[in-house]
Amino acid sequence: MAVLNVNGKSLQANADPRTPLLWVLRDTLGLTGTKYGCGIAQCGACTVHIDGVATRSCQVPLSAVASGKKIVTIEGLAQDGKLNRIQQAWLDNDVPQCGYCQSGMIMAATALLAAKPNPTDADIDAAMTNICRCGTYQQVREAIHAAAKA
Amino acid sequence: MTIQTPVGRRGFLATAVAGGFSLGFSFPWTSAEAAEVQELNAWVVIHPDDKVVIRIARSEMGQGTLTGLAQLVAEELGCDWSKVTTEYPTPGENVRRHRVWKNFSTGGSRGIRESNQYVREGGAIAREMLIAAAAAEWKVPAAECKAADSKVTHSSGKSATYGQLAAAAAKLEPPKEVTLKDPKDWKIAGKPLKRLDTLPKLTGQMVYGIDVRLPGMLIAAVHACPVHGGKLKSFDGAKVEKMPGVKKVLSIDSNAVVVVADTYWNARTALEKLPVQWDIGKAGEIQQDQITAMLKEGLDASEAFVGNKAGDAKAAIDGAARKVEAVYAFPWQSHANMEPMNATALYTPDKCEVWCGTQNGEAALAAAAEAAELPVGKCDVYKQMLGTGFGRRGRADYVRQAVLVAKQMPGTPVKLIWSREEDMTHDTYHPTTMCKLTGGLDKDGKLVGLHVRISGQSILAGLAPQNLQKGMDPATFQGFAAGGAEAAYGYNVPNLLIDHAMRNPHLTPGFWRGVNTNQNAVYMECFMDELAEAAGQDPLAFRLKMLKPKYAAVLEATAEKAGYGKPLPAGHFHGIAQIMGYGSYVAGVAEVSVSSDGVLKIHKITAGTDPGHIVNPAQVERQIAGSFVYGLSAALYGEITLKDGAVEQTNFDSYNVMRMDEMPRVEATLVPSGGFWGGVGEPTIAVAAPAVLNAIHKATGKRVRILPLMNNDLKKGA
Ligand code: FES
Ligand code: FES
Repeated sequence: MAVLNVNGKSLQANADPRTPLLWVLRDTLGLTGTKYGCGIAQCGACTVHIDGVATRSCQVPLSAVASGKKIVTIEGLAQDGKLNRIQQAWLDNDVPQCGYCQSGMIMAATALLAAKPNPTDADIDAAMTNICRCGTYQQVREAIHAAAKA
Repeated sequence: MTIQTPVGRRGFLATAVAGGFSLGFSFPWTSAEAAEVQELNAWVVIHPDDKVVIRIARSEMGQGTLTGLAQLVAEELGCDWSKVTTEYPTPGENVRRHRVWKNFSTGGSRGIRESNQYVREGGAIAREMLIAAAAAEWKVPAAECKAADSKVTHSSGKSATYGQLAAAAAKLEPPKEVTLKDPKDWKIAGKPLKRLDTLPKLTGQMVYGIDVRLPGMLIAAVHACPVHGGKLKSFDGAKVEKMPGVKKVLSIDSNAVVVVADTYWNARTALEKLPVQWDIGKAGEIQQDQITAMLKEGLDASEAFVGNKAGDAKAAIDGAARKVEAVYAFPWQSHANMEPMNATALYTPDKCEVWCGTQNGEAALAAAAEAAELPVGKCDVYKQMLGTGFGRRGRADYVRQAVLVAKQMPGTPVKLIWSREEDMTHDTYHPTTMCKLTGGLDKDGKLVGLHVRISGQSILAGLAPQNLQKGMDPATFQGFAAGGAEAAYGYNVPNLLIDHAMRNPHLTPGFWRGVNTNQNAVYMECFMDELAEAAGQDPLAFRLKMLKPKYAAVLEATAEKAGYGKPLPAGHFHGIAQIMGYGSYVAGVAEVSVSSDGVLKIHKITAGTDPGHIVNPAQVERQIAGSFVYGLSAALYGEITLKDGAVEQTNFDSYNVMRMDEMPRVEATLVPSGGFWGGVGEPTIAVAAPAVLNAIHKATGKRVRILPLMNNDLKKGA
């Protein structure tokens, strides 16, 4: 039994220590906002923050985060029912199409803006390597710039 | 956005789903508020607090049909847009109510163009009933009352809200005839409104098929024979049965093995260790070069299905002053949906229920009933949000699998999830074809004869052979048809022959966003540039001499918006393309540069579309940009190949797709000319690749004829 710090709460996770965090979140803890897209660090749909760093959770075994590392998932971004400014910019710019990739996009963008409050297009290209099969890249870029100004 | 909930089981799923996302409401006839919530007709439900629920039969998968269809109903209903929510009727309910919601199938860019008339009538009928109820209550003529903003108002100033009127309105006979609003008077439809379903996609609360959670649910991982058509010989379940979390190891349809466990990871881990023997047969010897040879042979075969014919193309080409010939090829593509295929099923001997994302709820229901061996009336499908569809989720093979597994564990809900690897190797693939184009120019550079020979795979032959027409697959000729409102060829060529030598490899073909317009636009529009070059003419001017009016109008508007013919930054070049698909006329102008070491940069694509009417311009623009990402991913990287009969690509590392850094700026020019309804989700996809390829030729002098681009060296001198 591992104890995880997820979205500020301490949660018990009864799973094999080799289980990727992605599946612990989804199946064991019921936090299904973090998505499965590839399982091999290619798509970014599973992005969460681990101690503030955007991380592809399909690549992180449970054993690596059971030591009190702070995990934040898409479900933990809004505080007291208020969207964070990236989520708000996504809403204002009507970014998602199907939305499946957007948890990962928002987690990556939130980490980017925390590190670089005023990212250039090149910064965005470098940080946002998530796949969106709907093709929302143009709206994602605009929303990141909008959030930076907010 | 509400999530489909099973009739009578609202609380059950709502508490079962993580995150506490409000699941909205179930149907009024099953809900506690049944007495107060009024169904005015199949499309419109009104709550006492004026909340309007608009029922949507088509599936939302990112394309915005849910919002667009709601706009059309709301427009006619005359309701306050801020009070609108939506819900999906279930396919089972549709059967019980004699298909009152008509077609659920969501493909072919049909959502709005096919159902606009009857959903608008649904809204208008409800509006007239509300007016009639108010008029009766006030004892005034209905003609003196107006409906707008969720209120009926009488010329005297009296007014009542829809919520107040709904109960009386629901008791009235619906009018037999209604007049629909003139699109030029639209206030809700035609406007760039925000989507209705965005918020839960930003907070992790949206429930996709893969997110469904039911009490006592188990999770299944599946592996079907790696070669399509192959069979399962044997497997040794005992070897993995004791692994952590494993509940059952089984086979389905004698072609797939399944491990059911407490979590997906445990199921998948055990499945990977499961010893399996396949009976692959002859298909296991097929290699990619045999497919290429098979298609090449068809290019010159004497027999072919004729899709479009005028005059005598062969004679005209033979007698032409100049002959131009080229061979193009388009490989298989995987849908690579963002959310891999999955479905959740709960089977008991007298009931079968399925929760899944599907583009065709009715097909999913039929597949569930067949797999469960139960009458359709004892089955239902609860549609969840789709993490993209692209045509793949119109097929219900994954639903069948989930039900077959659940049937072996009666009473236990089972969620079956395909791994990305399973998804990519058991797709229904964009068909592969080759094309030989032969054109004859007269001494003035006029195209006097054109023969387009397509050789390759037919989707209908693979998926629905009963729909072939005397063996011919008319869908092969998308964009090439002799006429009709769907996919007609746009050029006036006096002597024309477009024919298809059907060659069907064993790999299952499928409908893939844009379908056959993708390669047909590459073939025709790149070859048009080759002909223009041979004729010594500008590609735009050359096309405009032959294009029919609506085609020409869109191409010209797009070229003008892009500044075609005006000076570009040094090293930048324009390429153009046009086609008609899904009832819409579309064109694209790509601006690219290619560095001396062969690195392509697509700077911008200007896209034009004339879909007749536009219901939401903001969503149309997003569909255009999004379709380009999908189409260009295929043009740049997409290639599914075979080795020993099996698909070689397994994940995004071997099947690359476009990311943010390669995304061109997309500018849309929307030129709806009215009078018809064309599609939006797909048509533009087809022009991105040929426009880019034509621009690459301008930049490098190289003709890329064999896709994907990554296999071509664009380096100077290479
Ligand atoms: S699922 Fe982790 S990167 Fe794709
Ligand atoms: S919004 Fe659908 S995959 Fe990105």
